[in-house]
Amino acid sequence: MTEQELAKFVRREARLIDEKRFDEWLALFTDDAHYWVPAAPGQTDPLGHNSLAYEDRLLLELRIERLKSARAYSQRPPSRCLHVLQEPEAEKLDHERGEFLVRTPFLYTETRGDESQRSAATAWPTLVNLDGGLRIRLKRVDILNCDAALPSIQLFL
Amino acid sequence: MLRMGRYRNDPAALDALVQADRVHRDVYLDPELFQLEMERLWSRAWIYAGHESQIRNEGDYLTLEIAAQPLVVLRHGDGSVRVLVNRCAHKGTRLVGEQAGNCGKTLRCPYHAWTYRLDGSILNIPLSQGYDGTRLAETEAWRGLAAVQNVATYRGFIFVRLSPQGLAFREYFGASLSSIDNLADRSPEGELEIAGGCLRYLHNCNWKMFVENLNDTMHPMIAHASSAGTARKLWEGKPADAPKPMAIEQIAPFASDYKFFDDMGVRVYPHGHGFSGVNFSIHSSYAALGGYEALMKKAYGEERARNILGTVRHNTVYYPSLTIKGAIQSIRVARPLAADRTLIESWTFRLKGAPDGLLERTVTYNRLINSPMSIVGHDDLQCYRAIQEGLAGEGNQWVSLHRNHAAGEAAELERRGELTCNGTSDVSMRNQFRAWKELMVSE
Repeated sequence: MTEQELAKFVRREARLIDEKRFDEWLALFTDDAHYWVPAAPGQTDPLGHNSLAYEDRLLLELRIERLKSARAYSQRPPSRCLHVLQEPEAEKLDHERGEFLVRTPFLYTETRGDESQRSAATAWPTLVNLDGGLRIRLKRVDILNCDAALPSIQLFL
Repeated sequence: MLRMGRYRNDPAALDALVQADRVHRDVYLDPELFQLEMERLWSRAWIYAGHESQIRNEGDYLTLEIAAQPLVVLRHGDGSVRVLVNRCAHKGTRLVGEQAGNCGKTLRCPYHAWTYRLDGSILNIPLSQGYDGTRLAETEAWRGLAAVQNVATYRGFIFVRLSPQGLAFREYFGASLSSIDNLADRSPEGELEIAGGCLRYLHNCNWKMFVENLNDTMHPMIAHASSAGTARKLWEGKPADAPKPMAIEQIAPFASDYKFFDDMGVRVYPHGHGFSGVNFSIHSSYAALGGYEALMKKAYGEERARNILGTVRHNTVYYPSLTIKGAIQSIRVARPLAADRTLIESWTFRLKGAPDGLLERTVTYNRLINSPMSIVGHDDLQCYRAIQEGLAGEGNQWVSLHRNHAAGEAAELERRGELTCNGTSDVSMRNQFRAWKELMVSE
C-alpha cells in the first residue's frame, strides 16, 4: 500500500460525507470499527472518559437512518458540510499486518439555514487491508477545541 | 432599548408575568428580565458550584461564573471550601483564568503581584510603603478578595448563595435532597468522585427551557421519534438472541408511550425543586452490572441495598442550576449566558468502591444524550430554538402550563411539603415558576 493510495482513500472518504452518501461511507468501515471524537485533548480512553462521539457500526447506522427520517426536525432545513483537507500523510505503515495510520489535518464547515460553523481538526484514521481493499477500523477525529463549549454538530467530521 | 426599565421598578408588572397556569413569553425573551434574573434569582438561590472531589488538596481550585460574577472555588489549608470573587482588589484583574488547577498556598495577581491568602486576605503588596498615608486602608481593597459568605456542601456537592439575603441551605432544598442522597448512596462507600471530564454543549435558547424540559414527559415520544424511535426499529431488525448493547438499552426507552411516562409520576417540593420517576423511570430496566449488587448488599445489608437500587428517578431539578440523574450518576448544570444562550455542562461520577462498568455506563449515556454530537440532544435543542423564535409571534403572548392543573395546588404543596402527581402533569413547570416569582418580585 503506497502513501498515494492511502491519501486517495482518505480524500474519497471525506467526499462521501460531504456528498451525503452515508450508506457508501458506512460501508468503508470494518464490522468492528469505531468512529471516535474525543472531548479532551490527548484523550486516550474512550470508555472511562466522556467523548463527543464514540460509535460502533450500529450507532453510526442509527445516526444515518435518523438523517433519513422525516421526523428529524433538526434537519429541517438540512445541514450541509465540507471538509477541506491537507494532504494526508502516512503516520505509521505496518505492511506485514496491513494496518496504516494516516494523519490528515482539515477544516470542517457545517451549515444549516443561515447558520454556519467551522472547526479545525485532525483525522487519524486507522486503515486496514481487508480482502484486497482498504477499510476503516478506527476513525479518530481530534477537534482542536474539543473541550470548548460547542454548538450542535449534526453531520460527520 | 425601548423595553429597558419596564420591569426593574415595577413589581406588579413582574408579578403579572407568572400566572398559576401560564407564563408570559417575556420570561424567555427579554434581556432586562435576564439581567434581573442574574441579580435576583441566581443571586438569591443556592447555585451548584462544583464537587468537592474536584478540589481535594490545599490550593486546588475551580473557576466559574454565577450570576455573571467571576468566582474561584478553592480548598483552604484548613480543609474548608472557600469561594472568592475572582477579582484582584487592586485593579480588578481576574486572578486565575483556567477552569481548574492548583494555586499553591497563595493567589498572586499576574499584573502587579498583589498576593492573597486562600481566605482572600492580603498577604503582600509590593512596595506597600507607597500606600502609607493614603486612604487605601479605608477601602474595600484593603480587605482583599471578597469572599462569598454562604457556602454549603452536601454529600460533596458545593452550593453557594451570593446574596446575603435568602433562605438557609436546608430550608431551600428541604426533602428534595433525597435525590442527592440516593446518588451518593449508590456508592458502596457512600462517596462520589467526578470522573471522565465534562461535556460542554452550547444551547441557543433560554436556560429555563432546558430546566423545564427535564421533567416534560409529553415530549420524548414526539421530539425523539427520529432518534429513539429509529433506534427501536433498528434493534427490532436484529436477531432476537443478539445481546442488547448498552447504547440501545439507554436510548430506546426515550420512545416509550404516554402511559409509561404518565405512570412514572412526578413529585415537587417548595422553592422549585422536584423530580420525575417517582415509581420507575427510563433507567429502570438496565441490565445488572458485574458484581455491583453484591457489593451494595455487603455494604448496606440486603434491604437497604434494595431500597437504594430500587429508587430509580428520572431527572431531579435543584432549581435553578443543578439537575441530576441519580440512577446513572450524572449531572447537568445550567449556566445562563444571555436570554437566548445557555451553556449546559454534563458531568459524570465514579461511585467509589463500585466496578468500572458503572463509570462506563454513565459515560456512554452522557455521550449518547448530552454531547454536542448527540442525536437526542439535536432533537431537544431544535425544539428549544424553535420556541425561542416562535414566541415572537403575535396573537398569543402566553406559554401554557395547564396540564393537570387544579386550583389550590400551591396551597396543598405548602401544607404538605411535597406533592405527587401523574407523570405527564405540568406541575413541575408551575412549581418552578412559583419559585421564579418568589425570587424575582421582591427588590
